[in-house]
Amino acid sequence: MDIIDLRSIATVAALVTFVGIWVWAWSGRHKKDFDEAAKLPLEGDEE
Amino acid sequence: MSTNNVETFYDDYVIRRFSVMAVVWGVVGMLLGVIVAAQLAFPELNLGLPWTSFGRLRPLHTNAVIFAFGGCALFATSYYVVQRTSQTKLAFPLLARYTFWGYQAVIIAAIISLPLGYTQGKEYAELEWPIDLLLLVVWIMYALVFFGTIAQRKIKHIYVANWFYGAFIIVVAILHIVNSAAIPAEWMKSYSAYAGVQDAMVQWWYGHNAVGFFLTAGFLGMMYYFVPKQAERPIYSYRLSIVHFWGLIFTYMWAGSHHLHYTALPDWTQSVGMVLSLILLAPSWGGMINGMMTMSGAWHKLRDDPILRFLIVSLSFYGMSTFEGPMMAIKTVNALSHYTDWTVGHVHSGALGWVGFISMGSLYFLVPRLWGVKQMYSKKAIELHFWLATIGVVLYITAMWISGVTAGLMWRAMNDDGTLTYTFVESVKAMHPFYVIRMIGGLMYVSGMIIMLWNVIKTVQMGQATRARIPSTVVHA
Repeated sequence: MDIIDLRSIATVAALVTFVGIWVWAWSGRHKKDFDEAAKLPLEGDEE
Repeated sequence: MSTNNVETFYDDYVIRRFSVMAVVWGVVGMLLGVIVAAQLAFPELNLGLPWTSFGRLRPLHTNAVIFAFGGCALFATSYYVVQRTSQTKLAFPLLARYTFWGYQAVIIAAIISLPLGYTQGKEYAELEWPIDLLLLVVWIMYALVFFGTIAQRKIKHIYVANWFYGAFIIVVAILHIVNSAAIPAEWMKSYSAYAGVQDAMVQWWYGHNAVGFFLTAGFLGMMYYFVPKQAERPIYSYRLSIVHFWGLIFTYMWAGSHHLHYTALPDWTQSVGMVLSLILLAPSWGGMINGMMTMSGAWHKLRDDPILRFLIVSLSFYGMSTFEGPMMAIKTVNALSHYTDWTVGHVHSGALGWVGFISMGSLYFLVPRLWGVKQMYSKKAIELHFWLATIGVVLYITAMWISGVTAGLMWRAMNDDGTLTYTFVESVKAMHPFYVIRMIGGLMYVSGMIIMLWNVIKTVQMGQATRARIPSTVVHA
């Protein structure tokens, strides 16, 4: 295995990771957590 | 005062200082921009002196606006946002103060050394090695304070704005260390650690990621906090913000070679840069749409809220320049645009329109809160600032588009016998009127900034430094 193979593997791994993150974010399972996280800026101070 | 009190207040000491200095350096840097613009239109203004010549003042302008104005705004807002969204005070408060004084020292060193002609000759990385080392120390302290604050957060989730700020801090450290690697020859003189085309590739890997992580990721951190805050509604889609973040992270690093189209750089490297630049359009527009859609159902607020208008117009410029950028990265388009004023126009649509507007909007939000008053001293002055800045940007970028495309077409025009239709000086003559228009646009933009400085001073005089209490909320699951 030479450096070109390693680079190819790293590139494909990066793509797979990114698509994985996308699928993770879009799967409905985290909707409640995300909705709560989205409110964080509105809760940080007493006004 | 009981010791318990220390735990219940945010630490805004250093944020107040960074906020004011952002506005001060904004005026200085943009004024320098108008001076160099005037020098291009009227070369006599170089004054025949080395210290005031375009070649030395131009890097001073870029360093002042990007690193002094933009940098101070990023320090101020990141320290503010990371505390509010983590509901804890800054970690290492003493280090945070050192970051302020250390960063100001770097800026002063730039203001002295660049006009004297000390430079590493790398665009946006001109500062000589002793100043580079000082900046590195400051940056490590910055990372300690920021990530230390994240580590002691009272909220389980790390809000998306902090991801953007965090990426900005880490990547800028990597870029700075790699691109500034040099062999010191003597005090204030060094030679790059790289040679030839590798040096060029390292420089534009740095240069483009400085755009991607200093001028984009950091300011997107602002966007994800201050747009929801000022619009008083959560971000349109949180999951889109996650994909926006990782999309930028995985793509930006590859795009730098589009700065070196048709050079000695291997052709395939240029093509990789072009293709990845085109892909960048998707996450950029995803983010822009996310910010814009946060306004849905609240568009009426734009009518009487100039601060919100700053924030939203900045997003339209973000969208515009992230469309223009990929287009200019296409080799055939680049063959026309490169080395012309089109590039300058593109940079300023991003810098004045996106980075400038989002910073101004965020600072107008911050200043009254940091000094315990309800709003800025004069709302009318914010309105005036907004219109001066908007008309200024539009004049600037349209002038540069016309000038750039004109010059590009003139340079490539050929007669039937294969000789060039125009001499170079004829293209310079054609560009001249647009240089004057650009100068006027810049003058309007800096006038707005001076009004902002006045407004900030008045607001600070009206209020007094206040301590903001950390809400004693139930800990989120």
